[in-house]
Amino acid sequence: MHRTGELYGQFETLEQQKETAALGMWVFLVTEVLFFGGMFLTYTINRRAFSTAFGIGSNTLDIKLGAGNTVVLILSSLTMAMAVWSAQVGKKKLVSIFLIATLGLGTVFLGVKAIEYKQKFDHHLIPGRSFDMKYHPAHPMPGDDLEELDKEKQDVDKAFAVDPDINAHGQLYFSLYFGMTGLHALHMIIGAGLLLWLIKASFAGRFTPQYNTPVEVVGLYWHFVDIVWIYLFPLLYLIDRHR
Amino acid sequence: MSEHIVSPKIYLVIFASLMLGTGITVWAAFQDFGKFNIVIALVIATIKATLVVLYFMHARYSPRRTQMVIVCSVFWLAIMLALTLTDYDTRSPRETRLAPSAVSHLLRA
Repeated sequence: MHRTGELYGQFETLEQQKETAALGMWVFLVTEVLFFGGMFLTYTINRRAFSTAFGIGSNTLDIKLGAGNTVVLILSSLTMAMAVWSAQVGKKKLVSIFLIATLGLGTVFLGVKAIEYKQKFDHHLIPGRSFDMKYHPAHPMPGDDLEELDKEKQDVDKAFAVDPDINAHGQLYFSLYFGMTGLHALHMIIGAGLLLWLIKASFAGRFTPQYNTPVEVVGLYWHFVDIVWIYLFPLLYLIDRHR
Repeated sequence: MSEHIVSPKIYLVIFASLMLGTGITVWAAFQDFGKFNIVIALVIATIKATLVVLYFMHARYSPRRTQMVIVCSVFWLAIMLALTLTDYDTRSPRETRLAPSAVSHLLRA
């Protein structure tokens, strides 16, 4: 049986019923804030202890892909917000269109993330036995900007002089990079699953001005995942570009 | 009390502000502000996050009860960050490195 927005016995008004659902999602998001907060804290402490290795690690990330993904994700938040608005004003077709747009943009984000991860595999920057920060500057790949790579080589050599354990400390950076972006990506995948469920329900025309709580609540979750990325992007990609 | 509907116009203005913030943060990252690069990056990120919470997530139009839950989450996060970082900051440099160095032994191939 589908819910259609009828008033349940424990609530006084429909308004109260809706607010309670949103409040429940917010309470879940509080636990998420502290969950991600622990990872940001770990990152901050290690970054302060091993700033040389973290700077080199951060500068190997592709800023164009990172910034592009930021734009894609914020755009997906806009389409999500528009899906909520469409449901509130009763434009049933627009709800489906905006939900599909959100899912599409989320998928683009994950695809770009996969490209970035693949690069790190190719460049021997996955924590483990074959991790080597000197590997990529010494082994150019097709399509690499050789001038940029030469600068990277000089930076890595300089960093080795400052911190001889740079391959160990660099692995800390990349462990945190994959841990944090991986956890963020997992949240995106869960969000994509929720969107599929919403899209199916929106095709059946179930979201109306009277009943749109699922769109609103999944929207809260989606925007939260966006906020996590708003912090991840500068902290992981941008921290040492000025040197 | 009826539901507050945020208009698409406001959403577009917020979206434009978020894009502007992203542009500024990328630009600022390439300027050398010394110690303040990280501060600037975090301030811009926090402004962007606040805009998302207030408008995209409707916090501005939510009941006080919901707003209190949001403020609480920031408060508890601040406790976790502040107390832990205070602890690390008030130790001698040698001690600060103690725990991570133990890790680097494990990681060294």
